[in-house]
Amino acid sequence: MSHVLSLLVEDKPGLLTRVAGLFARRGFNIESLAVGRSEIPGLSRITVVVDVEALPLEQVTKQLNKLINVIKIVELDQSQAVQREHMLIKVRADNSSRTQILEAVNLFRAKVVDVATDALVIEVTGDTAKTQALLRVLEPFGIREIAQSGLLAIGRGSKSITERVPRS
Amino acid sequence: MSTSTPTPGAPRASASNASPDPVLTGAEAVVRTLELLGVTDVFGLPGGAILPVYDPLMDTTKIRHILVRHEQGAGHAAEGYAAASGKVGVAIATSGPGATNLVTAIADAYMDSVPLLAITGQVFSTLMGTDAFQEADIVGITMPITKHSILVTSPEEIPSAIASAYHIASTGRPGPVLVDITKDAQQETAPFVWPPKVDLPGYRPVTKAHGKQIQAAAQLLLEAKKPVLYVGGGIIRSRASEELLALAEAVGAPVVTTLMARGAFPDSNELNLGMPGMHGTVPAVLALQESDLLVSLGARFDDRVTGKAALFAPDAKVVHVDIDPAEISKIRIADVPIVGDLKDVLVDLLAAYRDAAPTSTGRNYADWWTHLDELRAEYPLGYTPTTDGLLSPQHVIERIGALSGPEAVYAAGVGQHQMWSAQFIKYERPNSWLNSGGAGTMGYSVPAAMGAKVAEPDRIVWAIDGDGCFQMTNQELATCVINNIPIKVAIINNSSLGMVRQWQTLFYNGRYSNTNLNTGHDSIRVPDFVKLADAYGALGIRVEKESEIDDAIKLAIETNDRPVVIDFVVSADAMVWPMVPQGVSNSYVQYARDHAPSWDDDAAETGRSEDTEVSETTEEVERDAIADAAAAKGENR
Repeated sequence: MSHVLSLLVEDKPGLLTRVAGLFARRGFNIESLAVGRSEIPGLSRITVVVDVEALPLEQVTKQLNKLINVIKIVELDQSQAVQREHMLIKVRADNSSRTQILEAVNLFRAKVVDVATDALVIEVTGDTAKTQALLRVLEPFGIREIAQSGLLAIGRGSKSITERVPRS
Repeated sequence: MSTSTPTPGAPRASASNASPDPVLTGAEAVVRTLELLGVTDVFGLPGGAILPVYDPLMDTTKIRHILVRHEQGAGHAAEGYAAASGKVGVAIATSGPGATNLVTAIADAYMDSVPLLAITGQVFSTLMGTDAFQEADIVGITMPITKHSILVTSPEEIPSAIASAYHIASTGRPGPVLVDITKDAQQETAPFVWPPKVDLPGYRPVTKAHGKQIQAAAQLLLEAKKPVLYVGGGIIRSRASEELLALAEAVGAPVVTTLMARGAFPDSNELNLGMPGMHGTVPAVLALQESDLLVSLGARFDDRVTGKAALFAPDAKVVHVDIDPAEISKIRIADVPIVGDLKDVLVDLLAAYRDAAPTSTGRNYADWWTHLDELRAEYPLGYTPTTDGLLSPQHVIERIGALSGPEAVYAAGVGQHQMWSAQFIKYERPNSWLNSGGAGTMGYSVPAAMGAKVAEPDRIVWAIDGDGCFQMTNQELATCVINNIPIKVAIINNSSLGMVRQWQTLFYNGRYSNTNLNTGHDSIRVPDFVKLADAYGALGIRVEKESEIDDAIKLAIETNDRPVVIDFVVSADAMVWPMVPQGVSNSYVQYARDHAPSWDDDAAETGRSEDTEVSETTEEVERDAIADAAAAKGENR
């Protein structure tokens, strides 16, 4: 079972190693990882998707909380959060297939960001189901390569993970 | 996460610096910070990348630096210092191999929650990542075995880094913290600002527990018929022995003290059933196993206590008190989880218990005690005399405890002698028993005793060691002699890696693969421990007859102008009993006193099959134990 955890962390050297090492050490699989700055200087946000049963998840969040540079951990349930991933897909495209591909791109509200005589690069944003569906549609045309971000997630409504976090 | 954010501080000191703060080199800042934190003793060994710190260290009158012979010795000495006194132990080493030599002690401190501050030199920040001479990524290496670690690359950061490390090491669940300081950070100067800003937004240990949970725990205590207070090392780290005594006596429940908690509750108190676990007393093991309520106080359900965890105390509800939330429900789901500092929680729990008591039918543990007292009468701790004419190790250890008394400090190595020391010395006060419980680090004893003696110079400090363990760290005898640290070392010399040999006897058909050390009776005695002691300038004594034991111990106690090493030549056939084979339910505890003495190659089979308590399951037990032992070879030494 996959869980999406959002970690608010101090942006210190080695932080990612600490977090990733903890997962490895305790035997948890990271399905996806996304790291970036938060709106507070010096604090970063890590979104991690981890595949565990409910009990070890509690254990891993407790262990993560013990890391001195981890300030807060929130589990973002799909129903309570917006979840998106970003994917770049390079697909084979010649004169006979280009129109069909563009049709699919439009249907998925994706974008073409690079055009060559024999290929297109397509950018798509959405939840995992959407990106996977687009991939399946494009598969018959010949996928050359893909690059994919980790899942990003943010809670719905006005509450913020950085509430009550002291700003220095 | 690659962007490093150096602490915003004053610009590098220049001649025109108007700040009233004194401008110090980073190295001076290290020493000044330690002084201001109240550190009075440090253990270390210099080298290239930490050289700048050693210069001002020569001038300080507030800090005694003890020059060890190996950095592992510095680490364990700092641990022993901390474990005997409750203060933070400090160890200093240089970069690369100096730092990696600290790793074992850091891992040990992590497993046993010892407040340890490790300061290491690092190569110039400009050379980091280039495989420079004596470069090792010690922050990376120690990440899984430290509570926290900090890399310092500029002198401004030094006071706050060390103060933060000290704070983290000594608060909450204590543990080792490493501060790695580049050589340029030590050499450059910066205004020394005190007190520094200790900004740890992600570190807030919970000390005060939730009132509702406390009441729930009190209620369970009132309702229980067969409660046990399962006491772990957390009681000692939290300095909560008095609070524990008050609660235990008010409730009247039996107490078991784990290996890490020996001394947390007086052995002389009739509520104390002794140590639980693989080599625990039969009453302690079975009390936990048959209990209907475990009140776990600073214990962590270690596999050496629970045996096969799924079969541990099957009928018990669990109240689990720990300052580390991650320990609660890690192994065993707690019915009542309580996160907090035991020193506070126990007071609150006692108050809640007293409040609830009048409205309840009151406790009724009489049947429980009748049963436990029968177990105590039937299965007291004991041992049988040896049959080979050599000393009984248990007797030697028992005499050391009896003649030195509860005010002494006892530091053990790891193995049979450790278990016997936990069993046959009567502990009456916390911090009197030091050992490597979680990590099982052979070689802990001599340097730990040295550290303890530095912290508590007026106490008798024993290193009770094995002949295997002693050979791992005995170089610190030089440190003891030269620095006038008169520890007493009792080598329980069975000429072998005794605990491994015991497992070979029990689970490998007596095939003694690589466990004979040739240090004892009927061997070539390499080394001769008496000559070795002599070479170091310590008093060396060999004891081979039972009649000599007391005199030797008394002589050691009276000798305080130098360390003493007593080579007790004991039987290699003595075994640690009782024993729960690894990987099975604690219900299979084998008392086996009557079978213990003759477990040599031929008698092993007979001995086991005669053991009626386990006769039906022996085969299965043994199979599991062999499988587990094969998988866990390193941990039983």
